[in-house]
Amino acid sequence: MASAAHVVGDDRVQTRSPLAIFLGMPAVGALIGAVAVAALFLAFAPAFRNVSAIGTIAYQASTIGIMAVFVAMLMIGGEFDLSTGVAVTTSGLTAAHTSWYLGLNVWGGVLLALVVSLSIGAFNGFLLHKTGLPSFLVTLGSYFVLQGINLAVTRIVTGGVSSNTIRDMDGWDSAKAVFASTYQLGPVAIKTPVIIWVVVTAILAWVLLRTKVGNWVFAVGGDAKAARAVGVPVVATKIGLFMGTGFAAWLVGMHMLFEYNNVQSGQGLGNEFIYIIAAVIGGCLLTGGYGSILGAAVGALIYGMTQLGISYAGWDVDWLKTFLGVMLIGAVLVNMYVKRKADAR
Amino acid sequence: MSTPVKERQQARVTKDRPLLELENIGKSYGNVNALRGVSLNVRAGEVTCVLGDNGAGKSTLIKIVSGLHDYTDGVMRLNGIERRFNSPRVAQAAGIATVYQDLALAPLMSVWRNFFLGNEIHKGLLRTLDIDTMKEIAGSELEKMGIVIPDLDRPVGSLSGGQRQCIAIARAIYFGAKVIILDEPTAALGVKQSGVVLKYIVKARDAGLGVIFITHNPHHAYLVGNHFIVLKLGRVVLDAHRDELTLDQLTGEMAGGQELAELSHELRTADPSKVVEPHTVEHGGVPAPELSQDEIVVAGTDAKEDA
Repeated sequence: MASAAHVVGDDRVQTRSPLAIFLGMPAVGALIGAVAVAALFLAFAPAFRNVSAIGTIAYQASTIGIMAVFVAMLMIGGEFDLSTGVAVTTSGLTAAHTSWYLGLNVWGGVLLALVVSLSIGAFNGFLLHKTGLPSFLVTLGSYFVLQGINLAVTRIVTGGVSSNTIRDMDGWDSAKAVFASTYQLGPVAIKTPVIIWVVVTAILAWVLLRTKVGNWVFAVGGDAKAARAVGVPVVATKIGLFMGTGFAAWLVGMHMLFEYNNVQSGQGLGNEFIYIIAAVIGGCLLTGGYGSILGAAVGALIYGMTQLGISYAGWDVDWLKTFLGVMLIGAVLVNMYVKRKADAR
Repeated sequence: MSTPVKERQQARVTKDRPLLELENIGKSYGNVNALRGVSLNVRAGEVTCVLGDNGAGKSTLIKIVSGLHDYTDGVMRLNGIERRFNSPRVAQAAGIATVYQDLALAPLMSVWRNFFLGNEIHKGLLRTLDIDTMKEIAGSELEKMGIVIPDLDRPVGSLSGGQRQCIAIARAIYFGAKVIILDEPTAALGVKQSGVVLKYIVKARDAGLGVIFITHNPHHAYLVGNHFIVLKLGRVVLDAHRDELTLDQLTGEMAGGQELAELSHELRTADPSKVVEPHTVEHGGVPAPELSQDEIVVAGTDAKEDA
């Protein structure tokens, strides 16, 4: 019965070949790009071929990637966050200042930083909901607000532009062990953020594709009104996504603090665009409703490979941003082209 | 699965009492009264058609019933109990499902994801989506209604308008709706696709649902409707059962009766065979944009590629 219905049904639609399905995946442009970039630097940069370079590249990619996968999730949900770069610094500064100023155990500062980071995210989402303004504007506002707070509060607390060192305070060693350790795996040195990056990528990819919440994220980004009409809690989903980027800012901020012992108050500017670039290279649409977590992680990997590859090849590192810009446009064009071909197949 | 069936049977038993009653419902936005004194009964196993021209208040009415807006006057009763819905989720939980003409489904999401949006099935400790079950149910439910979609992973945006409406209707029926509101489901569709949608309206009615069919097409309404309400400027101007009404009367009432007579009189005085002399139309003296030779060639090759 069922098969008969299939035959008499709509014979214009045929099942797609596995190749077409693969090419139709949002992350395919990023994968092609990653292979191309790897090939380029394997050919031109001898140090790139060294096995121990894997650890360094992964570390470079991870500090971008942790944030990029959460930003990708947010973009699939149809929103932007321009405050992510400075939010990382805000998180690190919060932990350093509160621990030092209040004389807390370092873990107290770490937890306070988590609360502050999640609150910033929630506030962004709340403001977006209350004002109805585009998230681009709302988070552009919080970007400047946070940037000012970072500089001003650091000046008030320490009289300078960087946080005071909290190395000698209680809890430093255990917190450093959690956020900034290095594990030796043969010739490859794996740093903590690499592990965090892999774990959050896996978790978010699973959440997006295999849970109810993921379904909601696609829906609020694709058509928020339709989502609301079938009963999806649109506002809660969006606020949750902003809190996600806040959480990522905390993860990265804590690593930065415990890796470098203090935080510069002007750090992090411009990184928000690198996260967005990684997400877009990974196949996210700016209009929302479509994208890939794995793709964003690969986008961050491309960034890591490019940054190190350029210096390994002995080229002028000043060209990094230019290269990134070309990569961005190229990846988007490849994504569009491949998607059109896959749909036509 | 067993609960909705039981409820439907109950609905059949209490066919005489309306599922949903609106009594003198009014809605004002500031000093604008969008809706005034609207009364409406929706019975199980009946199609109640709400007709009206653009701006008559149809949208406001469905938004009140589906929980997008609150009402400012009157009483709404569901199964005899007075209710106010402050969100679509509450209305849905009460068994009222709305199928919107344009905002029913997220276009980039696959068919099965859309079908289960807001009502996802999950399994196991981690509450993972049970994709296989969902695909199977979505496929078989759609097939029951006569829609065959071989690839449920296709984005909904690639389907035809009629198929999309039918998916939305099938979804509402599957998720145990007692009252289903259809907002101009045939407005953007061709004749054949409209027919398909009308067939599903009848199927929904036969399944024991109370159907509210919003339309401005009296022909479509008369094909499936049991009861007709015509709205004009936020008021009910006609409230009649099918037995008391012919299609012509409905069409006349819908178009505004007297107004239509005046309009046809006015149009009759204009001689349709008369052709306006070209030179009587004053030209503004601005030439139409000219295409360069290149553009013409490019357009030609494009057309060839598409073919």
